[in-house]
Amino acid sequence: MPTTTEAVSKTVLHDCRDTWVATLVELAETDERIVAVVNDSVGSSKLGPFQERFPERLVNVGIAEQDMVGVGAGLANGGKVPFVSAAACFLTARAMEQIKVDAAYSQHHLVLVGQSPGMAYGELGPTHHSIEDLAWMRAIPGLTVVVPCDPTETAQVIRWAAAHDGPVYVRVSRMGVPDIVPDGYTFAPGRALTLREGKDVTLVATGTTVVRAVAAGELLAAAGVDARVLHMPTVKPLDEDALLAAAAETAGIVTVEEALTSGLGGAVAELLVRRRPAPMRFVGVPDTFASTGSVEWLLDHFGISPDGIAAAAQDLLSK
Amino acid sequence: MPTEEDLVPRVDPEAVPSDTLTVLGRVPAGATREEAVAHLREAARLVRRRDIQMIRASGLGHVGGEFSVIDILITLYLDAMNMSPELLGDPDRDRFILSKGHAAAALYTTLAIAGFLPPEQLGTFMQPLSQLNGHPARTKIAAVEASTGPLGHGLPVAVGTAFAGQLDGSPRRTFVVTGDGELQEGSNWEALMTAGNHRLSHLCVVVDRNRLQQGARVADTNDLEPLADKLRAFNLEVVEVDGHDHGALLDVFANVPAASGKPTAVIAHTIKGHPISFMSDNVAWHHKVPSAEQVAQALAELEA
Repeated sequence: MPTTTEAVSKTVLHDCRDTWVATLVELAETDERIVAVVNDSVGSSKLGPFQERFPERLVNVGIAEQDMVGVGAGLANGGKVPFVSAAACFLTARAMEQIKVDAAYSQHHLVLVGQSPGMAYGELGPTHHSIEDLAWMRAIPGLTVVVPCDPTETAQVIRWAAAHDGPVYVRVSRMGVPDIVPDGYTFAPGRALTLREGKDVTLVATGTTVVRAVAAGELLAAAGVDARVLHMPTVKPLDEDALLAAAAETAGIVTVEEALTSGLGGAVAELLVRRRPAPMRFVGVPDTFASTGSVEWLLDHFGISPDGIAAAAQDLLSK
Repeated sequence: MPTEEDLVPRVDPEAVPSDTLTVLGRVPAGATREEAVAHLREAARLVRRRDIQMIRASGLGHVGGEFSVIDILITLYLDAMNMSPELLGDPDRDRFILSKGHAAAALYTTLAIAGFLPPEQLGTFMQPLSQLNGHPARTKIAAVEASTGPLGHGLPVAVGTAFAGQLDGSPRRTFVVTGDGELQEGSNWEALMTAGNHRLSHLCVVVDRNRLQQGARVADTNDLEPLADKLRAFNLEVVEVDGHDHGALLDVFANVPAASGKPTAVIAHTIKGHPISFMSDNVAWHHKVPSAEQVAQALAELEA
């Protein structure tokens, strides 16, 4: 029974960036409109294979995030389907107004790919962490916010975003994750994936934390608690039906994210307060800048671990 | 010293007219240069009339910067650009982005006189639920390429639009008008680097060089000079022109791309509030709303 992040990571792990770029190259083979826009981030976005195959369709504006997003919007205006890819911390914070005005308010078909979000750049410290992005991005009207949990889903999200006529923010993590979604799974915005049925309490996770929530479900089962485990691939829009059902059918909801808890947690809380108030616990980064340290250490430190998630559920059930 | 109010005659405040703008359309094919310039001059006069009426009616707007840019907009839309309502769906038509989005009323009136907007829609300017926002929105008006308003956004979007055209081998040109104070935004210089390095020859950056920003002279705020040298250093071909001379503007825009492998920068020397006597080159008229008497005075001067 895995009880720590270390134990969880013993399964075969994948870097979802490999899937993202393989999918983009595959799409670009048949869709001439697809271009990539980067801020000197070819390496960190793992876009080497794309650059090699389509050198003229990789627009590198250099270290200039405002220009990067504005140019992306202009490429969309000129008939292209741009994938704007950069470290999530710089993409979202440095180009926030361009994301708001040029991408979202303008309703461009533009895909913003936030690489290595959350605390993936653990040792580099809070300047390079992107724990605010889910709260920031979900506040912007008209922007779909996607946090895929494994390679299969990442590929589906990239294909979906290439076809979706609107602005999208996608988190793609470098942090290793196992295969999670079942065979036959199809990503759709606003549709949660039930990974474990349960009637006592509900764990709702997204992205890199889904595997930890699944492990927490097993820990709780061993302790006699029947936890429902959901993966919420879109922080915006939420699967409201799945959340309202969880609020009605279980004792409450524990949200789990590699971000400030004002991301997924805040979004779920807003929904429940409006529609069906239920007890909640929030697993994520509290209102603080994280320390330096490996991402595994940081996740454990903030209780974004099987033990921490299970403890949050037990706390909810005990009150 | 006389105040501005002393300089204008007293008239009935209810007497502010509301023109029904005549759709003049493009300069007719085959027109002589004199005929073309006369067409543009009359269009600019009608647009300034309607513009100041709209500002007065809505009680909001940026009349100074609108009057400095109107001759540029009119020359582009009614002659220089390969652009008309029938061409909107043509991927090879020219593109236009007004980066100084606060001059929205100047763009709307120009679009109306060019036939892109029903002139009666101008009466809804900044009213609740109007498509004519205080700053232009691309989702609300088909001819608007980019949503602008916050400064420093239009140029990067224009660079991307020109980049797409270059990738497609399209003959289309992308024109973007920025304010001069606006060039204090760093995003412009990021975009100029990209434009110059990627040799976007079909991009034309027009700087409405009226030398005033909201609160003071540009030179007294955070100076741009030597602006032409800066633009040349970014690998742009720089042309300077009187931004109120329709014939000179026609010549400059007809020559875009002005150089092989280089974007064109047009420094259009303009006067904020031009040609109204009490507004011209007067920092007070950034977003001041004219009184009924001042509107009457301006309309009288536009007849002269």
